Amino acid sequence: MDDYGTESESDYTSYWRDWFISLRGNEYFCEIDEEYLTDRFNLTGLNTEVQYYQYALDLVTDMFDLDCDDEMRETIEKSARHLYGLVHARYIVTTRGLAKMLEKYKKGDFGKCPRVMCNSHPLLPMGLSDVPNLKPVKLYCARCEDTYNPKSSRHASIDGAYFGTSFHNILFQVYPTLVPAKSVERYVPRVYGFKVHAAAALMRWQDAQRASMRRKLRKMEVESGFKDNEAEELEDDEGEEDEEDEDNDVEIDDDIDEAGEEHPGQLTRYRGAGPVTIAGSGGGASSVPSAFSGDAHMGSVA
Amino acid sequence: MSTSSGTPESWISSFCSLLGHEYFAEVSEEFIEDDFNLTGLQNQVAMYKEALEMILDVEPEEDEEDEDEEEDEDEEDVSGDVGDGTTRRERRHHSRVASDLSVIESSAEMLYGLIHQRFICSRAGIQQMAEKYELGHFGVCPRTNCNQARTLPVGLSDIPGEDTVKLFCPSCLDVYVPPNSRFQTVDGAFFGRTFGALFLLTFPEYDLSRSAAEAAASLGRAADEQGMINGMYACNIAPGLGRDKIYEPRIYGFRVSELSRSGPRMQWLRDKPDDMSLLDEARRYHAEHDDDEDSDDDHSRSTRYSRRSTARRRPGGGGARQRQIQRQTQNGSPMAIEANGAESEL
Repeated sequence: MDDYGTESESDYTSYWRDWFISLRGNEYFCEIDEEYLTDRFNLTGLNTEVQYYQYALDLVTDMFDLDCDDEMRETIEKSARHLYGLVHARYIVTTRGLAKMLEKYKKGDFGKCPRVMCNSHPLLPMGLSDVPNLKPVKLYCARCEDTYNPKSSRHASIDGAYFGTSFHNILFQVYPTLVPAKSVERYVPRVYGFKVHAAAALMRWQDAQRASMRRKLRKMEVESGFKDNEAEELEDDEGEEDEEDEDNDVEIDDDIDEAGEEHPGQLTRYRGAGPVTIAGSGGGASSVPSAFSGDAHMGSVA
Repeated sequence: MSTSSGTPESWISSFCSLLGHEYFAEVSEEFIEDDFNLTGLQNQVAMYKEALEMILDVEPEEDEEDEDEEEDEDEEDVSGDVGDGTTRRERRHHSRVASDLSVIESSAEMLYGLIHQRFICSRAGIQQMAEKYELGHFGVCPRTNCNQARTLPVGLSDIPGEDTVKLFCPSCLDVYVPPNSRFQTVDGAFFGRTFGALFLLTFPEYDLSRSAAEAAASLGRAADEQGMINGMYACNIAPGLGRDKIYEPRIYGFRVSELSRSGPRMQWLRDKPDDMSLLDEARRYHAEHDDDEDSDDDHSRSTRYSRRSTARRRPGGGGARQRQIQRQTQNGSPMAIEANGAESEL
């Protein structure tokens, strides 16, 4: 930012946008196409938002040839940046803009999610408001679906309205395959290995919320997008009724464990993957209902 | 990594003032000198005795050693000007020390870290960490809705060499990577898994939602307006979570539907009940089940859930058995989370 005075002197006449996005701190911006900028329709309403709108636009499109003093130029320069930001918010939700931002997203230009369980998932810039000068830019992680403050203070001063509240959500609407698999993995506060009651109770409640959301999604036949524990959680709803029988079944299953060797194998398969293997392990328990097979076993022991 | 020879500063304080060691508390010498506190560390650290001497600034061979270390810095490659016999004898002795010095130094750092893990869970240590917390030495939560709540340094493992230090935010009960890369060389085991949660239990009256600056401005704490739930002040259980603190994705002002493929799926992670007394499972259980005393809490919860989900049983009748498998995989815990506790037994 400090060196813009000298750099703009030499560079702005030819490639103002190039220079602008290469500035330190402007890494989040992508370059807006010339055609997009010159189409007046795309700039509707911005003339009331930006001071010296015409000069600023000329500067952004490298048409600026006004002879003026430094102070004036600086004001226009500031306006040009503001204008660029506002157009940027509109541009990045267009097809070309989305593609450009997607490239930057894939390269990790916007940083990595600070949440440990997100494993450095790339972030996307976003605003909490579409009105300029209200909130600085935030970063959105598609994995934990939360927003974070940028690490660096030079990014924290960028206006969030230059990215808008919709961009990152539109991106995933347009490219649904990019939605990352969600994970139920999380941090569990512990003291000497023991869970802390208050936190554990809250997490149990949260897990119940998640389970009910997933039930709802399943009823509507919508992909829930969780990559792990798919089976376990669905099991949770289904197996609950058998709670009463469980104590009996524990012994029975142990017996089977010793007798038939297929059981541990099922266990690992069960851990590993989705509902398909569950159906398999259900079959593995033989088509006879487990209670029945248990009874038969007990009978033979007696 | 200087040994601080010649300066009045102790090894401990010079270690703690190194770049990237800002999270460390200064372990008191009394704590280190008590052998009980060091139980079992001999086997974990190479050159244990030398490392311990270095930490405590004990000179193994009185003042001769001190001279050697000074020479080590000034005259490493200018060995020609060492004249008389006594110095030559010292240098011969010194060369052995120099080769071991870096080993001892790294051992000392490891040992200090492991002692530190224990120290910050002691009364004096946690007090010192509380002071650092109040001064905001550990940084703030990067999550927008946590509103700059102060964090605590924690490890995800108690075994050194497994993971680097992380920041635990008491406001959202989540862990984050420290923003500065210099902390990515600090071992998480030097803080340990226990400290973060123990801190919250030790100082229940901290206003966790407040950032360092605000807390310094107004010292009055109004934590006791709500009651205790599950052993903590209700207002201090994850103050950064719950309604209004969950990010809601919107497109042009319209919320993205949960039924959309890219709709919200992780809101549970940042959710909490509006009425925190819902979490008081034991009390609720007794309110609901006055008659049957024999079944446990876990049981009552699952039967409650089962009422909601009776219609969703899969045909085949293997349900009970799969539950049993599930029981085994989850180690009996109602939470479907990998038991981190297992590794502490290693």
